[in-house]
Amino acid sequence: MCLGIPGQIIEWVDVKTNIAKAEVSGVRRAVNVGLLADGPDAVDVGDWVLIHVGFAMSKIDEEEAKSTLEFLIQLGDPWHEELAELEGSKIE
Amino acid sequence: MKFVDEFRSGEVAKRVAEQIAGLAEPGRNYKFMEVCGGHTHTIYKHGVEDLLPPEIELVHGPGCPVCVIPMGRQDDAIAIAKRPEVIFTTFGDMMRVPASQGSLLDAKASGADVRMVYSPLDALRIARENPDREVVFFAIGFETTTPSTAVTLLRARAEGITNFSLFANHVTIIPAIRSILDSPDLRLNGFIGPGHVSTVIGTRPYEFISRDYDLPIAVSGFEPLDILQGVYMLMRQLAEGRSEVENQYSRVVREEGNPLALKAIAETMELRTTFEWRGLGFISQSALKLRDELAVWDAEVRYDIPGVRVADPKACQCGEVLKGVIKPWQCKVFGTSCTPDRPIGTCMVSSEGACAAYYNYGRHAGRRTPEPASVA
Ligand code: SF4
Repeated sequence: MCLGIPGQIIEWVDVKTNIAKAEVSGVRRAVNVGLLADGPDAVDVGDWVLIHVGFAMSKIDEEEAKSTLEFLIQLGDPWHEELAELEGSKIE
Repeated sequence: MKFVDEFRSGEVAKRVAEQIAGLAEPGRNYKFMEVCGGHTHTIYKHGVEDLLPPEIELVHGPGCPVCVIPMGRQDDAIAIAKRPEVIFTTFGDMMRVPASQGSLLDAKASGADVRMVYSPLDALRIARENPDREVVFFAIGFETTTPSTAVTLLRARAEGITNFSLFANHVTIIPAIRSILDSPDLRLNGFIGPGHVSTVIGTRPYEFISRDYDLPIAVSGFEPLDILQGVYMLMRQLAEGRSEVENQYSRVVREEGNPLALKAIAETMELRTTFEWRGLGFISQSALKLRDELAVWDAEVRYDIPGVRVADPKACQCGEVLKGVIKPWQCKVFGTSCTPDRPIGTCMVSSEGACAAYYNYGRHAGRRTPEPASVA
């Protein structure tokens, strides 16, 4: 649960409740982006973020996203578990 | 060596390691503590310590949120979970934590409605889908996770969902670091600061470490190279006689943290007078509870919980492990009666716990014995 996983925001689901769809390693799930709603880190479609328990926690650049993903994949089991948990998520 | 074989930046890592070695004063020993389960995991998995000169020791502090929840709170969680009207939701790691009478998983096997969720927002959805049941979320974690709980709570309030409540066990990293620094058991030379926690709180809250304790801290990312660079920053500070807060992970962590996350926490939660940590005992103002005006969503107010303090199992030395006083393998039951499949203490449950990380990866590397002949 402590992993921050990189995802790209692909579309808005509900702007009012700050829910957007993110793609993480091919898995597309709704996440809350309200913690990055304004200020220098405000995010929109196309941006990369680190996701933790269904919340986008920080905005990152694509290169950082790629290198983090590479790092996570080589973790093996903890990464597969995290991705499986994300797949089971149905945030509204 | 594992690290060099597996990690893409092996060559760079070797160079950083050489620079670190060059900064070590002959005859001086260095002890750096990391307070993040992710760091512990990386250090063992990649044998980071093997790249460091023998004068430098990395010790693992209370950085794994699953590990620091004391037995009594786990008992309270199970007591709530066993109520017939309750659907008890939790992160997967907490399911296997042993309490006085079995784990949440055992409670589930004997009929309690315990469900694993990825996010507190999934718990809130379950509450929406089950208006005739009461859904409780077992909220744990450091500042990384607290904002998610806070935002979920604000959403529940906005939607008027009252069959939802939180069993709040959020802890704060700063008082834990202070408690470690005040403990006579351990003499540290610096800290590798937690990456994700710092994305929320920023780097300023660590200033007391340099100001009051004259020690350096380097907030670091999670990749092996990040940790090595963090160690390099600490060594350079010590060599130059500085003690400052430095940020190795500036590509993600801002000095001021995440103001929206901090605001959500402040809006929904306040400090408890005191809170018990596994291994560290009671630490004042080290955890959060819901604000009084949100009592409707507070499981501790809604349900009669036992609230009894329970001592750790006798055999378990998680406390010493969490304070960095002993290494996992120095616990007498490590790897024999305590394994990830049958954990006795919390440190063996989560993959970020020091005992589990060492069990899974470190058994040949962490003791500083020469590696078996796997060097490429
Ligand atoms: S090996 Fe098991 S019993 Fe020993 S300290 Fe670690 S978790 Fe506790």
